Amino acid sequence: MKRTVTVTVLNQSGVLNRITGLFTKRQFNIESITVGPTETEGISKITFVVHVEDARTAEQVLKQLNKQIDVLKVTDITDQAIVSRELALIKVLTTPQTRAEINVIIEPFRATIIDVAKDSVMIQVVGNFEKIEAMIELLRPYGIKELSRTGQTALTRGSQKQVTELKQYSILK
Amino acid sequence: MNAKVKTEAKPLKQAMSGAELFIEALKKEEVEVVFGYPGGAVLPLYDALYRNPIRHILARHEQAAIHAAEGYARVAGKPGVVIATSGPGATNLVTGITDAMMDSLPLVVFTGQVATGVIGTDAFQEADVIGITMPITKHNYQVRDLKELPRIIREAFHIATTGRPGPVLIDIPKDIATTISNPEFVTEVDLPGYQPNLTPNVLQVKKLADAIAQAKKPLILAGAGVLHGGASGELLSLAEQMNIPVVNTLLGLGSFPADHPLFLGMGGMHGTYTANMAMYESDLLINIGARFDDRLTGNLQHFAPEALVAHIDIDPAEIGKNVDTHIPIVADAKEALQKLLELDLTEPQANEWRLKVKQNKKEYPLWNSEDEEGISPQRLMETIHEVTDGEAIMTTDVGQHQMWAAQYYGFNKPGRWITSGGLGTMGFGFPAAIGAQIAFPDDTVIAIVGDAGFQMTLQELGLIAELNLPVKIVIYNNEALGMVRQWQETFYEERYSQSLLPCQPDFVKLAEAYGIKGYSVSTEEEAESVLRETLNSREPVLIDCRIKPKEKVYPMIAPGAGLHEMIGVKP
Repeated sequence: MKRTVTVTVLNQSGVLNRITGLFTKRQFNIESITVGPTETEGISKITFVVHVEDARTAEQVLKQLNKQIDVLKVTDITDQAIVSRELALIKVLTTPQTRAEINVIIEPFRATIIDVAKDSVMIQVVGNFEKIEAMIELLRPYGIKELSRTGQTALTRGSQKQVTELKQYSILK
Repeated sequence: MNAKVKTEAKPLKQAMSGAELFIEALKKEEVEVVFGYPGGAVLPLYDALYRNPIRHILARHEQAAIHAAEGYARVAGKPGVVIATSGPGATNLVTGITDAMMDSLPLVVFTGQVATGVIGTDAFQEADVIGITMPITKHNYQVRDLKELPRIIREAFHIATTGRPGPVLIDIPKDIATTISNPEFVTEVDLPGYQPNLTPNVLQVKKLADAIAQAKKPLILAGAGVLHGGASGELLSLAEQMNIPVVNTLLGLGSFPADHPLFLGMGGMHGTYTANMAMYESDLLINIGARFDDRLTGNLQHFAPEALVAHIDIDPAEIGKNVDTHIPIVADAKEALQKLLELDLTEPQANEWRLKVKQNKKEYPLWNSEDEEGISPQRLMETIHEVTDGEAIMTTDVGQHQMWAAQYYGFNKPGRWITSGGLGTMGFGFPAAIGAQIAFPDDTVIAIVGDAGFQMTLQELGLIAELNLPVKIVIYNNEALGMVRQWQETFYEERYSQSLLPCQPDFVKLAEAYGIKGYSVSTEEEAESVLRETLNSREPVLIDCRIKPKEKVYPMIAPGAGLHEMIGVKP
């Protein structure tokens, strides 16, 4: 199962090393990891997506992270209402014939062409994991020359959605 | 969020060097003794030590220094403090740090480092100690600015000794130790990311009380958490008031009196039949401060299959890690048991269970074979118990001798048992005994070691000779890596690959070379007379005991087998 976890940490030297080291030690697989400063000076936020086998391992990930002295808060936001975004830069091969076609493909994704060369264009797209995957699939037939992705960063929404999946929470069942 | 450290500024009148500040900080932490070994990068620290009254124990190898600090920390109720130089000095500590991490021992380890200006240039005796020790410490620090040193030392002692104890390392570059400044000492720590929870959730404690009332086959599993929390008294009260039998883990030995009728012995791979079957059949397993290590549980599928599991642990990450837990209680063992005992507890209706357990205890006692010449290692341990009234501090390495000590010594009180459990480190026992003897100079301290493990740290004979430390070294000599040999006999069709060590020094002469009395005994009568003569003496002694070379540790749970699938249960 895939979990999205945010970790706020004291911005001490080596803190990222501590966390990735922990993942190696406990054999947790990281799919993506992003780090950056937060609104508070000296505190950074790490967002990572991790693949774990079962709920027990997912719980261990959170608990082991929590044990780190420099870690202030660990939250598994997978089941919350979140906004999750990733940026991808995609260099696609073009010919004069396909250039317009590519433009049409990327338009619904609100992606932009940020660099044009004789035989390729560079496309920038921002979105959640699935959206970027979908666009890459559509572009693949044209020939993707290079691809660079930032990994996901995420925040929980200001207001959480109403509980709709009653079976998960219901006392009525 | 306030991530700054609250400081209570106490500016000192005169400026001091980083090394002097280091000494002052140690004094503030009430450190009485440090274990270490000097070298280039820690010369400034040792120079400051030269002019100050903190006692320094000079081991002959850094590994022994840290094992001694572990032995000290296990029984002294204070953290062990270690100093080693950069590079090889620091890397020689790695085994000890890992050992302390696995067995939750409070250590504060200081390593020298090359000067800040050359860090990262592969300078002479440089090693990335922070990187190397990150996964094996509870936390580690590199001092980049002298101003931070007092805060870091305060935090390190706090982190090492609170919550689940563990080793903390501080790496001090040489130039930091020589820089002069006007330091500000701190007394309080503010670590927003480190808030160990000591007080149990009342609802969970209530749940446990209810579970006890309803249990038909209740059992307490007591681990080292009981010892760390100083909760032996509460454990005894709970067991006696509720009339619940108790099993110890290897590291929990001594938390419950071994001669108590409710005591079932140690559980696990070489635990008693009674203890393991009790875990297997119990319907309520109350784990207090044990971490469900694989050597205890055997195959997890067959571990306590019928039981409702309650787990009291100060480390939330241990709860549910290996075994599904129904009643999780994150708390200090003492506080949790106190809260539980305050409730109106109902004794479980478990007469049938008690009877069964009692019958097992009578029917399946520990046993030893009688078909070989030489000293019976089991009876030898019983003799040591008898000669020392069961009061000695016992240390061991890992292996057969460790299991015999655990099975046969019979620990009746806490703080007498020092062994390398989680990491299983050969060469641990002898230096650990040195640390224990430093903590308790007047007590009988016995290092039970195998002939192979002893050869890993025997250079410390020099240290006990120098200090005339009355450590007693009892070598369980079977001219082999006994446990490896046992496994090769049992699981590898007697192919004794690299496990037999017939070529060994004359241990008596070796001891004498250091000016230490040495004895070699090969019969039980000889052994008993030498033990009686020497164990309670005030000088170091080495006794080379020729035990039956083929004797095996039983009973045993084979790797991959469940608790109920023990072999060697009866002769």
